[in-house]
Amino acid sequence: MIRFERAGFRYAEEAAPVLAEVDLEIDEGELCLVVGRTGTGKSTLLRAVNGLVPHFTGGIWSGRLTVAGRDTRDHAPRDLADVVGYVGQDPRAGFVTDLVEEELAYGMESLGLAPAVMRRRVEETLDLLGLEAVRDRPLATLSGGQAQRVAIGSVLAAHPRVLVLDEPTSALDPVGAEDVLAILQRLVHDLGLTVVLAEHRLERVVHLADSVVLLPGGGRPVAYGPAGTIMGDSPVAPPVVRLGQAAGWSPLPLSVRDARRAAAPLRARLTVAPSGRPGTGAGSAVAAVRGLAVRYGTVTALRSVDLAVSRGEVVALMGRNGAGKSSLLSALVGLVRPASGRVEVLGAVPHELRARAMVRHAGLVPQEPADLLYADTVAAECRAADRDMAAPEGTCRALFDRLLPDVAGDLHPRDLSEGGRLCLALAVILTGRPPLVLLDEPTRGLDYAAKARLVEIVRELTEAGHAVVIATHDVELAAEVATRAVVIADGEVVADGPTEEVLVSSPAFAPQMSKIFAPLPLLTVAQATAALRDPS
Amino acid sequence: MAGRASPVSTARRLHPGAWWLWALGLATAAIRTTSPLLLLLIMAVTGLVVAVRRTGDPWAGSYAVFLRLGIVVVIVRVVFWVVFAAQAPGPALFSLPSVTLPSWLAGTRIGGPVTADGLRAGLYDGLRLAAVLVCLGAANALASPSRLLKAVPGALYEMGVAVVVAMTFAPQAVTHVRRVRAAHRLRGRPDRGLRAVRGLVMPVIEGALERSVELAAAMDSRGYGRVSAISPVRRRATATLTIAGLLTVCVGLYGLLGQGVTAALGAPALVLGLAAATTGLWLGGRRSPRTRYRPDPWRWPEWLVSVCGLAAAAATAGGAPETGTPLLPAAALVLALAAALLSSPSVRREPA
Repeated sequence: MIRFERAGFRYAEEAAPVLAEVDLEIDEGELCLVVGRTGTGKSTLLRAVNGLVPHFTGGIWSGRLTVAGRDTRDHAPRDLADVVGYVGQDPRAGFVTDLVEEELAYGMESLGLAPAVMRRRVEETLDLLGLEAVRDRPLATLSGGQAQRVAIGSVLAAHPRVLVLDEPTSALDPVGAEDVLAILQRLVHDLGLTVVLAEHRLERVVHLADSVVLLPGGGRPVAYGPAGTIMGDSPVAPPVVRLGQAAGWSPLPLSVRDARRAAAPLRARLTVAPSGRPGTGAGSAVAAVRGLAVRYGTVTALRSVDLAVSRGEVVALMGRNGAGKSSLLSALVGLVRPASGRVEVLGAVPHELRARAMVRHAGLVPQEPADLLYADTVAAECRAADRDMAAPEGTCRALFDRLLPDVAGDLHPRDLSEGGRLCLALAVILTGRPPLVLLDEPTRGLDYAAKARLVEIVRELTEAGHAVVIATHDVELAAEVATRAVVIADGEVVADGPTEEVLVSSPAFAPQMSKIFAPLPLLTVAQATAALRDPS
Repeated sequence: MAGRASPVSTARRLHPGAWWLWALGLATAAIRTTSPLLLLLIMAVTGLVVAVRRTGDPWAGSYAVFLRLGIVVVIVRVVFWVVFAAQAPGPALFSLPSVTLPSWLAGTRIGGPVTADGLRAGLYDGLRLAAVLVCLGAANALASPSRLLKAVPGALYEMGVAVVVAMTFAPQAVTHVRRVRAAHRLRGRPDRGLRAVRGLVMPVIEGALERSVELAAAMDSRGYGRVSAISPVRRRATATLTIAGLLTVCVGLYGLLGQGVTAALGAPALVLGLAAATTGLWLGGRRSPRTRYRPDPWRWPEWLVSVCGLAAAAATAGGAPETGTPLLPAAALVLALAAALLSSPSVRREPA
């Protein structure tokens, strides 16, 4: 179906190749997962399949890539639109119309399908993706999961034979992600659709994949094969695979179910005492929220929230898309004015503080870290941060070097990887040394190595006496680093307690290790491997 | 999935073209009359129709915006009239301090005595502009411009999409400005005042550019701009016919709306232009393989609404009498109101 023959791509003659010597063939009806570290060309590979690379991006293409027999060299994306459906990283960025139903029909209109056919397919697509209830809604009012489903539906309605998705679940909560992935699997099984997708959160998808394309980066050849064999020596691997590697299981388990069966003898043998994480409720109070309500116009984002955060704590704020996590963080830095209730950070009321004073109380790294970056170079950004926060010269640069060593000062912040931008934004915020550090969805677009570094940074912060609040959908991150988990639903706190208790008791938020080892209180691969080595 | 579905989900909507013709008819009536009674009646009619017939779309709130704009226009117009315009003769109501202007500004006046007739003339003039604005607001609220653009002929389709995309720019820019301002605060920079504004411009422009590139990629991937091959001769003929036709339509409209000698030229020019433009658009439309999903049909309710709107314009054609009750135009307006309120298309979903 999709055939790469010695395909390669570089942006300019003298630039390093993004893709080189890619040789592989993806069959019809295959669900193929593209994995690799940040910046190894996953998106480029995906965008090549529908011709956006090189027709839209420019650059030098070599070799051959045929999709359903059409060479992408001679076919522009619009001429491939009837065989390849492409859904980008941000579904909303690709919406052309403003109503759900019209968006679903848009692609078919461009392809010139007969009105009667369009009408039937829109109805089928609404049913297939469970969108019937929102068919008349403006796209702007949809939740993240609904928007992602509309984006998939809008390309699916044109009946392409290949569906290409770039990080389809990175912005979704665990339940929303499962919905979307279940639909994809159904399409592959029932309709024989070929699906190619890239995803950083492998724990969500790897067990669904028939095959894996591994982009090792650094000019090494691309590996392609069945998921089980390729994941064995992949530099990026989900917790279940890392556990399998550590325990020496063969074949390597890809799903929780396989691992749970392999771990049955272990569970009987191991006894693990609850870990009792350090720092739980140990320090003095940093932030106190009492009866907080936040409203935007007629929409209530938070109803009545109580929360206290102390020094040395890492609080994971969880809950579905639109539950009010970001609103709570915004209230803590005074970006929104409470409709009622009280917010205090170190005795001050955030929305009454001037910006200059605010940064010494609490610092927030927003969902799009790039929002915080304005300068043309990393060095200028760091100097500006020192000035903004009235910190001694070189403070920000030193912080950034510790987070991400060896970055040239004259690099443009936009040329950094996703993880690099996050590190820079974090360094900018930490320059003000705020006792309360807030991170909004920090692992979006981070690979496992970058995530591990983020975990180290957060631990260092708490040891230095900061309090950290992380709003995240990433249960593995919460399991790794949080001392406390708070679950928000519909603008209210519905659970607040030690991470082990809150996460393990919820089927949606349980990390892979706790699913494998339940009822043992193991949350992370590190804990599990330690228990394996020392089965006390 | 809380149900916030729009209330018209099962009713067929009136064709957007019908609403726009209706509203433009009323706007034309407003331009051609000076009777305050008629102007107020026009505003009342549009207000009532919008209140009854508007949908749950995001655009439906635009009537209030235009109404407010209209009020501002009336106030500004009256103030300008009082301060700058040459006053109609008559007893002065009050007198403003006047400024003597240099000779090269002769003919312009600032301040001086203000007469009752002058004040009234300013008020009526402002009212007329406000009525036109309110009519446009009603058209926006009843049928969003993006729905109207869906109905443009195939040849203009790509232009129509460009306009739709441009119209989404403003609301997106507003959200982006909010995000950038929040980021300013997070970095400890002032988030209000002149310095903050300077820091906003570049990030917002960058963001807009990035969004448009992403959107272009998405549209291309979904088949936007697929064309079937045609000969260059036909392409040129199409373009000439369309542009010349549309220009002639403009001339014709100008003639019809004006009251001078050009009026006689108006009707023939309009007809000729429409014919040329229609042919051009029809030829051009055959180039694009596009089809329409659930196009709005044009049936008797559409005829009724648009004809009654245009009738209101026609009723003022003779120029309404300056004094007394303009009976004929008022009757036409009431008719337009009735048509707009009663022409509810059937509730059953229409097959495409």
